[in-house]
Amino acid sequence: MAQTTFEGSSLGVLEALRQLRRQAATYQGIWSWIATVDHKRIGIMYAITAFLFFLAGGVEALAIRLQLAVPEGQVLDQEVYNQMFTMHGTTMIFLVVMPLSAAFFNLVVPLQIGARDVAFPRLNAFSYWTFLMGGLFLYSSIFFGGAPNGGWFGYAPLTEKAFNPGHGIDFWALGLQILGISSLASGFNFIVTILNMRAPGMSLLRMPVFTWMTLVTSFLIIFAMPVLAVGLFQLSFDRLFGANFFNPLKGGTPLLWQHLFWLFGHPEVYILILPAMGIVSEVLPTFARKPLFGYPFVVFSGIAIAFMSFGVWVHHMYTTGLGPVANSAFGVSTILIAVPTGVKIFNWLGTLWGGDIRFKTPLLMALGFITMFVVGGLTGVTHSMVPSDYQQQDTYYVVAHFHQVLFGGAIFGLFAGIYYWLPKFTGRLLDERLGQLHFWLMLIGFNVTFQPMMILGLLGMPRRIQTYPTGMGWDLWNMIATVGAFLIALSILVFIVNVIYSLRRGQKAGADPWDGRTLEWSIPSPVPPYNFARIPVVRARDDFWHHKYREDEAGRPIPVVAGGANGHEEQEGHAEHIHMPSPSFFPLIAALGFPLIAYGFVLADYALVAVGVVVLLFGIYGWALEPASE
Amino acid sequence: MAQRAHVAEHLETSTGLDNRKLAMWLFLASEALFFGSLIATYLLYRGQSQEGPYPHDVFNIPFTSVSSFILLMSSTTMALAVGAAHRGRLHQMRTWLLCTALLGISFLAGQAFEFTEFVHKGLTLSSNLFGSSFYVLTGFHGAHVSVGVLILLSLWVMAARGRIGQHNALNVELAGLYWHFVDIVWILIFTLVYLLDPLAGGGA
Amino acid sequence: MTLAELRGTRRRREEEGEAHAGGLHATTADYIRVAVALFIITSIEVAIYYIEGLRGVLVELFLALSGLKFLLVVMWYMHLRFDSRLFSFLFAFGLTLAVCLFVAALATMKAGLL
Repeated sequence: MAQTTFEGSSLGVLEALRQLRRQAATYQGIWSWIATVDHKRIGIMYAITAFLFFLAGGVEALAIRLQLAVPEGQVLDQEVYNQMFTMHGTTMIFLVVMPLSAAFFNLVVPLQIGARDVAFPRLNAFSYWTFLMGGLFLYSSIFFGGAPNGGWFGYAPLTEKAFNPGHGIDFWALGLQILGISSLASGFNFIVTILNMRAPGMSLLRMPVFTWMTLVTSFLIIFAMPVLAVGLFQLSFDRLFGANFFNPLKGGTPLLWQHLFWLFGHPEVYILILPAMGIVSEVLPTFARKPLFGYPFVVFSGIAIAFMSFGVWVHHMYTTGLGPVANSAFGVSTILIAVPTGVKIFNWLGTLWGGDIRFKTPLLMALGFITMFVVGGLTGVTHSMVPSDYQQQDTYYVVAHFHQVLFGGAIFGLFAGIYYWLPKFTGRLLDERLGQLHFWLMLIGFNVTFQPMMILGLLGMPRRIQTYPTGMGWDLWNMIATVGAFLIALSILVFIVNVIYSLRRGQKAGADPWDGRTLEWSIPSPVPPYNFARIPVVRARDDFWHHKYREDEAGRPIPVVAGGANGHEEQEGHAEHIHMPSPSFFPLIAALGFPLIAYGFVLADYALVAVGVVVLLFGIYGWALEPASE
Repeated sequence: MAQRAHVAEHLETSTGLDNRKLAMWLFLASEALFFGSLIATYLLYRGQSQEGPYPHDVFNIPFTSVSSFILLMSSTTMALAVGAAHRGRLHQMRTWLLCTALLGISFLAGQAFEFTEFVHKGLTLSSNLFGSSFYVLTGFHGAHVSVGVLILLSLWVMAARGRIGQHNALNVELAGLYWHFVDIVWILIFTLVYLLDPLAGGGA
Repeated sequence: MTLAELRGTRRRREEEGEAHAGGLHATTADYIRVAVALFIITSIEVAIYYIEGLRGVLVELFLALSGLKFLLVVMWYMHLRFDSRLFSFLFAFGLTLAVCLFVAALATMKAGLL
C-alpha cells in the first residue's frame, strides 16, 4: 500500500510519540512529567506554576505600593501603573488562587474518596497545560506593546478599541478565554470524579468537607465561566471585527458588560474562597483532635453559599443607576448570603471548643483565615447595604475588603493546605519554626498593609489612581501600607527558604504525621502511583480515624492496636489488578493549539489561526483515538 | 471517545452511570448558560438599533422555516442512528449517521446562503446592534453545528472501519446528545429571533 | 453457523441492546411519531406567524409551541424520559439557572420597568 509523504511523516510522528509514551510510563525523566496523567504530578505542576505566578503578582503589588508610598510618586507612570494593577489582579485571581485550589483538588480529592485517579486523567493534564498556556500567553503581552491596562474586570467601553487601541486588552480577553477552558475542563472532571469514583461505602455525607467544597466549587465553575466567555467574546468581536456590543455610538450599553462580567464575577469570588474554607474544615478537626462540629451544617452551608452566590451580582452595580427596586432586592440577597457563612464560622469555633489543640503551622494559618475572613466578611456586610456602599464604591475600602477575604482568607487557607499536605506528597515535613515565623510575619504584614486601606477608603481615597496629592490626610496610611507589603514579601521569603531547606533536610513525615482523620493519611508518603494497594471499604465519616481509635465512656480516643497506617494497608478491600491510565502527549499538543489561535487573532494572522486549529484538532483526534491505557 | 470499553467494563461507578455520559450532561447544562447569555444579549438589544437594516428588512421566514425543518429532521435521523447502534444494526447506524451529517451540512449551507443575502442587503456585524447580536448568536450556533458535523463524520469513518459497534454504542449516544442539544438551541433561536421579531408585529 | 442461528444471535444482541439502553426504551416508531409531531408544530408556528388576528397572543403561543418541541426532543430523543433522574436534574438546573439569571438581568435594564 503506497503511503503519501504526509501519511508517512504523520505515522513517523505517531510512532515517536508511542516510544516516548512508553518511556514516560516509567515515571523517570522530563518526558514522564510532560506526558503525565497522574493527578498527583499534575497537582504538583499546578502548585509550582501557581506559586511562580504568585511571586510575579507579588512583585506587581510591591511596585504599586512603591508608587503609592508617597504623594506625587514618580516610580511608575500612569500607563505602567494601570498595567500593573490590572496584571496584579488578573494574576492573583486566575493564575494563583484558582490554580492553587486546583492543585489541591488534584492532589487531595482522589485520595480522600479512595480512588486511584480522577475520572478523566488526560482531560486533567489538558487542564494543566491549558492553564500554563493561558498564563504565558497573558504575560507575553509585555512583548507586544504592553500588558492589559483595563483592570481585572475590563469594563467596556474603556476596553473598546476606540479607547484602548493597543493589543493589551486582546491579550487579556483571549488569555482569559484560554484559562476559562482550563477551568471548565477541570470542573467537569471533578464533578464526575466525586460523583462516580468514590470508594465503596463512601456516601456523599461521609465525604470529607474539602471534597464537598471541591464538588460545589466545580458546579460554580461550570455555570459561571460560560457567562464570562460570552462577555469576552463580545468584547473581542467589538475590538477585532467591529461589532457594537459595547459601542456607545451605536447604542451599546456598558451595563451589558457589567451584568455579564459580574454574573460570572460574583460566583467567581466564591470559587476563590470555598476551597480554602474546605481546607480549614480539614485542618481544624485534625489539630483539635475532634470531629468537625456540625458536619451537615458545614456541608449544606457550602451548598447554600454557592447557590445564593448567583443571586447577588448586582451589588457590584449599585451605583450604575439601575434604580431603587433592583438595588434593594440585591441588597437583601447580599445580606442574606452572610448567613451561611456565619454558620460555617460558628461550626469551626465549635470544632475548636474543648479540643485537644496543637498549635502547629497549619492550624495557625487556619486560625488566621477565620479571624481575617470574619473581618473581611463584616466589611462585606457594610457593602451589602446600598447607602453605605454608595460611599465605599471605587474607594480603598473595597480594596481592603477583597484583600481581607482573598488574602486574609484564601491565601491563608491555601498556605494552611500547603503546610498540612506537603508532607503527604513529598514525604517531608516543613520546618515548624520557620513555619511559625512565616505565619506571624505574614499576619502582621497583612494587617499593616490592609487595615490602613479601610481608613483610606473611608477618607475617600479612590481606587485605580496612580498617585494622589498631598494634604488629603492619606500620606501616612499609604506609607504604612507600603511597609506592610514589604513585610509580607519578607514572610514569603521565609516560606521559600523553608521549602528549599525542608525538601532536602526536612523531617521525614511518614504516612500520618498529623494523626489525621481522612483516607489520604492511611497511605504512604510520598504516595505510590496507584494510591491505594487495596481500595478501602468505608464504614463511616472519618473512617481512617475510627480504624485508629475507639472511644472510651468519656468520649476520649483510645488507640486501636495496629489500626494506624504503617505503610501496609490493614483495611479490608477488594484485591484488584491495578490498571493505571497510560501517559499521553496529546493533552499538551491540544493545549498548544490555543495560544497559536489566540496569537493569530491578536496579530490578525489568520494563517496562524488555521495552524492553531490544525494543532488543536491533531491533539484532540490523537487523544480520542489513543487507548486510555495499554 | 477512545477505546475505553475494556477498562470501562471493570469500573463500577458510585452512581451507576457512565462517566462520559454524566460529563456530557454537565457540559450541556453549562452550555445553557453560554447560549443563555447570547440570547439575553439579543433580547436586550432587540428593537434598540438606531439604524437599519432591521429584522423585517432581511428575514425570509419561509426559507428559515425550511432550514429549521431540516435540522429537526436531522435530530430524527440521529435518534435512529443511536437506536441502530444500541441494537447492533451497524449498516443502518452508518446510514443514519451519514444522513444526519448531510442534513447538518444542508442546514449550514442554508445559513451561509442566508447570511450572504443579509450582507447584500446591508446587514453586517458592524451595521448596528441587530447585526452584532444576530450574527454572533447564530454564528456560535453554526459553529456548534459544524463541530457536530465533524464529530458525526468522524464517527461514520470510524464505523466504516469497524471501530464503532454495539459494544461502544455510547460514542454514538454521546454524539446524539450533543446534536439534539444544538437542535433545541435552534428551536429557541428560531422562535425568539425570527418569529418574535417586534417590527413585524411579533410580540413585545 | 446456520442461518437460523445467525438470526437468533442477532435477535439476542438486539434484546441486549434494548436492555443495555436501560429497560424502558423508545422505539423506532416513537422516534417517527416525535418527528411527525415536530413537523406539525413547526408548521403551525409558521402558519400563525402570518395570521393577523393572533398578534396579541403571539409571544405566548410561540413560547408554548417551541416549549413543546423542546420537551419532545429532550424527553425522547435525548432519552431523559427513560434515563436516570440525575441527568434531568442537572440539565434542568442549568436551564433554570440561565432563565432566572437572564430574566433578572434584563428586568433591571428595561427602561420603565424598575
